[in-house]
Amino acid sequence: MTTDFSRFINVGERTNVTGSAMFKRLILEDDFEAALDVARHQVANGAQIIDINMDEAMLDSEAAMVRFLNLIASEPDISRVPIMIDSSKWSIIEAGLKCVQGKAIVNSISLKEGEALFLAQAKKIKRYGAAAVVMAFDESGQADTQVRKFEICKRSYKLLVEKLDFPPEDIIFDPNIFAVATGIEEHNNYAVDFIEATRQIREHLPHCHVSGGLSNISFSFRGNNPVREAMHSVFLYYAIRAGMDMGIVNAGQLEVYDQIPPELRDAVEDVILNRHSGATDKLLELAPKYQGDGKAAAKEDLTWREWPVSKRLEHALVKGITDYIIADTEEARLAAERPLHVIEGPLMDGMNVVGDLFGEGKMFLPQVVKSARVMKKAVAHLQPYIEAEKSGVRSSNGKIIMATVKGDVHDIGKNIVGVVLQCNNFEVIDLGVMVPAAKILQVAKDENADMIGLSGLITPSLDEMVQVAKEMQRLKMDLPLLIGGATTSKAHTAVKIEQNYDHPVIYVANASRAVGVCQKLISLEHRGAYAAEISAEYEKVRIAHAKKTPRTKAINFSDAKTNKFSCDWSNYEPVKPNFLGVKTVEVDLNTLRKYIDWTPFFLTWSLAGKYPRILNDEVVGDEAKSVFKDANDMLDSLCASKKLKAKGRVGIFRANSQGEDVLVFSPNTHGDDNGHNNNIQNLTGSHIGVARHLRQQTHKPKGPNYCLSDFVMPLSQRRTDYMGAFAVTAGIGEEQIANAYEDDGDDYNSIMSKAIADRLAEAFAEYLHEQVRTDLWGYSKDEQLDNEALIGEKYQGIRPAPGYSACPEHTEKQLIWDLLDVEASIGMQLTSSYAMWPGASVSGWYFAHPESRFFAVAKIQQDQLKDYAQRKGWSIAEAEKWLTPNLNN
Amino acid sequence: MSKTLNSLNRLTSIAKQRILILDGAMGTMIQQQQLDEADYRGEQYKNWHCDVKGNNDLLAITQPDIIKNIHRQYLAAGADIIETNTFNATTISMSDYDMQDEARQINLSAAKLAREAADEFSAKTPDKPRFVAGVIGPTSRTASISPDVNDPGKRNVHFDELVEAYKESTHALIEGKVDLILIETIFDTLNAKAAIYAVEEVFEESGITLPVMISGTITDASGRTLSGQTSEAFYYSMRHVKPFSVGLNCALGPDLLRQYVAEISRIAQCNVSAHPNAGLPNEFGEYDMEAEELSEHLKEWAESGLVNILGGCCGSTPEHIRQVAQAVSGISPRQLPDIEIKMRLSGLEPFVH
Repeated sequence: MTTDFSRFINVGERTNVTGSAMFKRLILEDDFEAALDVARHQVANGAQIIDINMDEAMLDSEAAMVRFLNLIASEPDISRVPIMIDSSKWSIIEAGLKCVQGKAIVNSISLKEGEALFLAQAKKIKRYGAAAVVMAFDESGQADTQVRKFEICKRSYKLLVEKLDFPPEDIIFDPNIFAVATGIEEHNNYAVDFIEATRQIREHLPHCHVSGGLSNISFSFRGNNPVREAMHSVFLYYAIRAGMDMGIVNAGQLEVYDQIPPELRDAVEDVILNRHSGATDKLLELAPKYQGDGKAAAKEDLTWREWPVSKRLEHALVKGITDYIIADTEEARLAAERPLHVIEGPLMDGMNVVGDLFGEGKMFLPQVVKSARVMKKAVAHLQPYIEAEKSGVRSSNGKIIMATVKGDVHDIGKNIVGVVLQCNNFEVIDLGVMVPAAKILQVAKDENADMIGLSGLITPSLDEMVQVAKEMQRLKMDLPLLIGGATTSKAHTAVKIEQNYDHPVIYVANASRAVGVCQKLISLEHRGAYAAEISAEYEKVRIAHAKKTPRTKAINFSDAKTNKFSCDWSNYEPVKPNFLGVKTVEVDLNTLRKYIDWTPFFLTWSLAGKYPRILNDEVVGDEAKSVFKDANDMLDSLCASKKLKAKGRVGIFRANSQGEDVLVFSPNTHGDDNGHNNNIQNLTGSHIGVARHLRQQTHKPKGPNYCLSDFVMPLSQRRTDYMGAFAVTAGIGEEQIANAYEDDGDDYNSIMSKAIADRLAEAFAEYLHEQVRTDLWGYSKDEQLDNEALIGEKYQGIRPAPGYSACPEHTEKQLIWDLLDVEASIGMQLTSSYAMWPGASVSGWYFAHPESRFFAVAKIQQDQLKDYAQRKGWSIAEAEKWLTPNLNN
Repeated sequence: MSKTLNSLNRLTSIAKQRILILDGAMGTMIQQQQLDEADYRGEQYKNWHCDVKGNNDLLAITQPDIIKNIHRQYLAAGADIIETNTFNATTISMSDYDMQDEARQINLSAAKLAREAADEFSAKTPDKPRFVAGVIGPTSRTASISPDVNDPGKRNVHFDELVEAYKESTHALIEGKVDLILIETIFDTLNAKAAIYAVEEVFEESGITLPVMISGTITDASGRTLSGQTSEAFYYSMRHVKPFSVGLNCALGPDLLRQYVAEISRIAQCNVSAHPNAGLPNEFGEYDMEAEELSEHLKEWAESGLVNILGGCCGSTPEHIRQVAQAVSGISPRQLPDIEIKMRLSGLEPFVH
């Protein structure tokens, strides 16, 4: 028995200032961008309707409602779902109704102030084209008994349907959920009153709906989440069966009905169903035992150990508990006819539960990865027995070859997708990173695979994926090709990849999408229709893409050059660096640790939210705390064991700009100590390298068309300026650590170790930049910034990285490698696509100019392309290859 | 009230028997006249302070004979319903010519012209009564799309302003004795919701309720309105007016439009209309789908039971309408499907519960 959610609609409630402290703060601080993220996150997590409420005394609520709804209208990810306009003030509701093009729901109206007003408002709602939540509230107050609830709803229904011809299917009754177990005897029957009134409403008032705000029911157990969650589940279990078909439910505050410890469930059921007068006291007595965070309680509570073995296996998988898995698997093996049956039976059943919960947004990614770890351990235990029996092949959903393409070393995302697929009974053959097309296709053939998944993070990988598709076409293969990774997109897949291959090519946005896509592709029944649907969709994308006119106008390269950033160079005094030259830097992980920006770490685990706020997030907070603790435990051990090392190279050089180039001079050649170039005529010849940069080429009515070279004094000034470069890694030893975990079947810690190494590399870059500003170059000696200010880049100077927005062309990394002698001195390497190895690495330039700033080069035109090709000594075709992301098609 | 029931009942009973024919493009026909600035101004506006060439709706006042003749040509071609020449005749769109104060008069004149032409033909063919649809266009502004990419929350028109403008147009059209209201070429559903709100207020104020036709526009092959809704979501946003018909017009030729008409046909609890363009504009901006081809397409739609009302939009001419009318004559109209009673909400996408 599980709670039946199939006909129950959960209304997202996080964009409600009365219900979410975080949302309220964002709105009060006028941070509508972040507020939109809350809405987006909610829809992405499966909310089918979103409730929006701006009822807050400190706000101009009407203006806030209008602004938020107008902003949502521009966000297709959010506005695809219907809106519930929620306010206790009619004027706010009406202002909201004037902003939504879809058919919305008004929350709420009632007979509180009499029939005339009720009907006038309902008539307007109908004219605006919306459905309505009607509270069980009349002139004498809010209904608390079953009889009053039903009577008021019936009266409201008759008025609406008979007097206004209001469509009954657009009426949603809210018969008021009140707190039970408050110690006040009159409250004991509140849940029963709601449930029974719901039954009556659905039976006697055709086509209408019943909804309610769930969290009220457990109000008296604030602070005891396990008990609250159990109360929510039990209440819903009965209310849904009585006909409640909508509700405002925090999915994160809901225990799975079947997973509530029986003792607690019985006590909660007695309270909800008011089975006896001592029910409240009994639950109060029991509650402290379940106090604290759900996890601790689960660990202490070992009653599940007394369950039948199949249930124990399921529990261990859902909860990610490895402690007893070998013993339980062994017990199941001994009871089973054949060892294979343990996998096909209880283990797969358990993983199906995990898959379902993940699909419904009730489990989060780190939990799923932990489940996979349990599964792997169980399978590893069974493997020798299965082989001894030589019982043949284990039946899987299908076989998938996965690889990070040639030239790219990034694989965290790919590994996560692999784990999630394995959880869903797909066999995954992971070829690792930097895999050439020929090898991917050969293995696919040899293994008789069902599909191929390609991943990549850096932009040149996009091209490599196109090559793989072309190869597959040439070899007349017919396997579906899946595309994923940070720089990939539906548009790129549709426009550039899909047309090169006659069989399905599908962009997979994230791990949670992967399962659905693979299942459809593997099913003989669905594959054809699905492939046709996708290919039609991509055709639309292509047409839309072809029609898309750039948002901003392009200008001539020469005009862009004229509109460059400039300052009063004649009065500009560059700060002479304390250190000129190149050196190696080695830093202790304990030092770097303080510089970690944790927000992207959580994103790796598909947990969205800013650190440290995310740790107290209503939905993902508990899970965020849990991965955060695991990360710090691992950091503790890495710091102690010294298995992971961080090394870097840094250099500061004399430099001057010339157009879009920066000429880099040997630290020791020219100029006197005051920076005056005495023999400037010889300078252009004496440089040791030239950094080639790109200039913004869109119409900029207000600001300059930036190029990084603008931040270095032009050669024509005949005085010396400076520029720096760095390459750092925190990935020395990373591979061995991750591989060791993987060999142990522990994907969770393998992914964790890579995610941590990535964060440490970024922290290293942050730390080194601070050293450069305050000491090595020393242009901001008195800088005093905490980590948050560092992450916010509230300092002078920038450290742009080749391959990213301000200097998007990857091959420029080679100059950094040459200037700093990176490979020979610390072993960091560049791949054929100019990805850095180890993966946890960062490299870039230093600019110190007080007005230097980040920008995105964005789209450039043919004239600049030609100029760049000439400067790099490339053919146009080669320039096009490396600048693809910056060119219009 | 009697008038109301009269035209609704008559239309309903005809629509059960056969496919109703709507007229074709007005703009295309006006273009063929090659009118100059002086023609547009006529006597009435010869001293107007800015150029008015291109203000086609103004011709109802300055060149009434031309407009009436176009109506006559469509009626002669077999149209059951002709559309008033009022696509841009709101205070909002007329402000482009500084003619916001003329909007009411334009609507009134245009309605009268169409009425006279329709009555003329009803008298000639009493067994085929002709109807006038008062056209309410989308205006030149959008209530749910920002005009400024840097400020997505900005709007250049508000719901209340649209309601005010649409109310004035609707009052004038009803005063000019139109038989139906046609809200057409809807690319921003919020504009159309304001139109519905205005029309219902006017019905209530005047005591006259007319049948309402709704026609949206799928702007491109994405299959969505400009404001992003799918055709099903669009219908759910409009359904509360209990329209006489819902359908699609403009933007696409019949080949591309068919699937979206089929989608609406599947779910609409009212008549379904379609008046596609005569193909897509060629590189010279001309629509070059011949009458034969258009009528072949529409005949197939009729045979497939997709539609109750057919006509033409941009590029179509009386010849197109004549051939369409001929092609679908004798084919049974679409039967109303049995739709389960459910709450049908929408954002950009439909949501049924």
